[in-house]
Amino acid sequence: MSEPDNIAVIELRGVSAGAMRDIGFIVLEDMNWSLAAGEFWTVAGQQHSGKSDFLMLAAGLMAPVQGGCKLFGTETRRFDETKLAERLRVGFVFAGGQLFNQLTIRENVALPLEYHRDLPPDEAAQAVQTLLELLELTPLADITPANVSANWLQRAALARALILKPEVLLLDNPLAGLGTRHLHWWLRFLDRLWSGHDWCGGRPMTLVATTDDLRPWRNAKRKFALLRDKKFFPLGSWNDVESANDPVVKELLAVPLETTI
Amino acid sequence: MRENLAKAFELANTQLFRRAQVPKSYTDLLGRKLFLFLLTLQGLVAFALITLGVILRKSRTARNVVRPRIRQEIARAGVALLPMFLFVALALGFLVIGQTVSTLAKFGATDYLGTTMVIVVVRELGPLLAAFLVLARVGTAHVIELGTARAMGEVEALEALGIDPVHYLIVPRVIGMAVGVFSLTVYLIIGALASGYLFAFLQDVPLTPGDYFKQITEALGWLDFILLALKTIAFGFFIAIVTCYHGLARPLRLEDVSRVAVRAVSQGVIVCVLIDALFILLYLVT
Repeated sequence: MSEPDNIAVIELRGVSAGAMRDIGFIVLEDMNWSLAAGEFWTVAGQQHSGKSDFLMLAAGLMAPVQGGCKLFGTETRRFDETKLAERLRVGFVFAGGQLFNQLTIRENVALPLEYHRDLPPDEAAQAVQTLLELLELTPLADITPANVSANWLQRAALARALILKPEVLLLDNPLAGLGTRHLHWWLRFLDRLWSGHDWCGGRPMTLVATTDDLRPWRNAKRKFALLRDKKFFPLGSWNDVESANDPVVKELLAVPLETTI
Repeated sequence: MRENLAKAFELANTQLFRRAQVPKSYTDLLGRKLFLFLLTLQGLVAFALITLGVILRKSRTARNVVRPRIRQEIARAGVALLPMFLFVALALGFLVIGQTVSTLAKFGATDYLGTTMVIVVVRELGPLLAAFLVLARVGTAHVIELGTARAMGEVEALEALGIDPVHYLIVPRVIGMAVGVFSLTVYLIIGALASGYLFAFLQDVPLTPGDYFKQITEALGWLDFILLALKTIAFGFFIAIVTCYHGLARPLRLEDVSRVAVRAVSQGVIVCVLIDALFILLYLVT
């Protein structure tokens, strides 16, 4: 599992990508990006700017139309089973959760563990229970996603992504539509994961989150980027974000814009 | 108002025509249909081969997850349909015997009652009826479940978790349906043969249970058992392939699910009839 320090966790070189739902519709062009271990990137963009497609591409869930994607230094292709070990080192939290509707929250969280790890049933159940307690999901554990509010669905999706203790966590707009209490919980929890949570053995996690609202993500240590007009623009630190002159960045910071309306 | 309606109508038509342009001639229409048929066939064959490959390659992968799902699918495509099949078996026995007894009695040919039952029920009607009933009851559910799962992004979620969607979603359904159609056909045939005799008895046909049983056993050959097993397993396998293919193979939106379900059932019926025709040829050859 150990690579040389200079190997990027995720590397996109000259990548152009189509939309997940319509591969012919190009959403990203000539993108270059490299994610190093221990970084926390927040990638901002307006709706339909290709944030989800960017994350899917980075996770190797979507093939690029052009260019190359590397995960832990090896080229990725969509569902390449020879690269399963690399894939399992990356957790993915979808916007809205995308939990399996036929399964309860507990079964959703347990599924990756039962599928990939040949653990005794008691041990697997105990691991799932510990994670559910950690994410305050125990009261909802035995009901199906259709009966759970969006705030808790998102948290259940986080639990499902964390059950295999990944090294990298990709989160697609995780704060969208959350209530204030949940929003603060998420920011605190993600910071704990970044600095090394007990659940992952204290190992600092590498994180990438997309957002359509930059305000909650204020943090001097995070790195920021913008997706606009099918291009990826690294913005730098929070100070650079605040001083950016880009109207889209100002919109995502909810700075009043001069308009003619 | 009227202008807006006219514009909307024009736009709707444009959209419609963009999706499927009006054929220029009957040969154009025939060509398109043939091309679409070949494309679908290619997709179905590829999907069937992929599924077979996964069944063989991953028989030992994640057994603690996949085996309970297979049991669940066998229960759904088999055990849960048993009461309905017993009713249909009763009706089928009455139907076949009811129609044939009066005709055979006219010619004093009631000795052929068992043979008729074997030809009609064991070789043809039993397997085909079982396949159609399972297609209607479980196949449609497959398309809707998988189509909804596809539209809701569950397939991408499985891939993100490193779980092969074919292994987790398709393999249990294919095995469950193959076992289900086979088992239910056996029950349907036994039920229909028994109810057939009951009806003949009620019609005062001079036939003892021993004679009836003897007629049936004489009419049955070892090939019947082999071909029946092969045919019903093929029915179950291909119904599952067709329904799962339409539900899962292409990205769907929620509004597409009902349309795809109708198409899958139609193609399921066609596939069953084609398999049946193939087995009729086998019967004729052997």
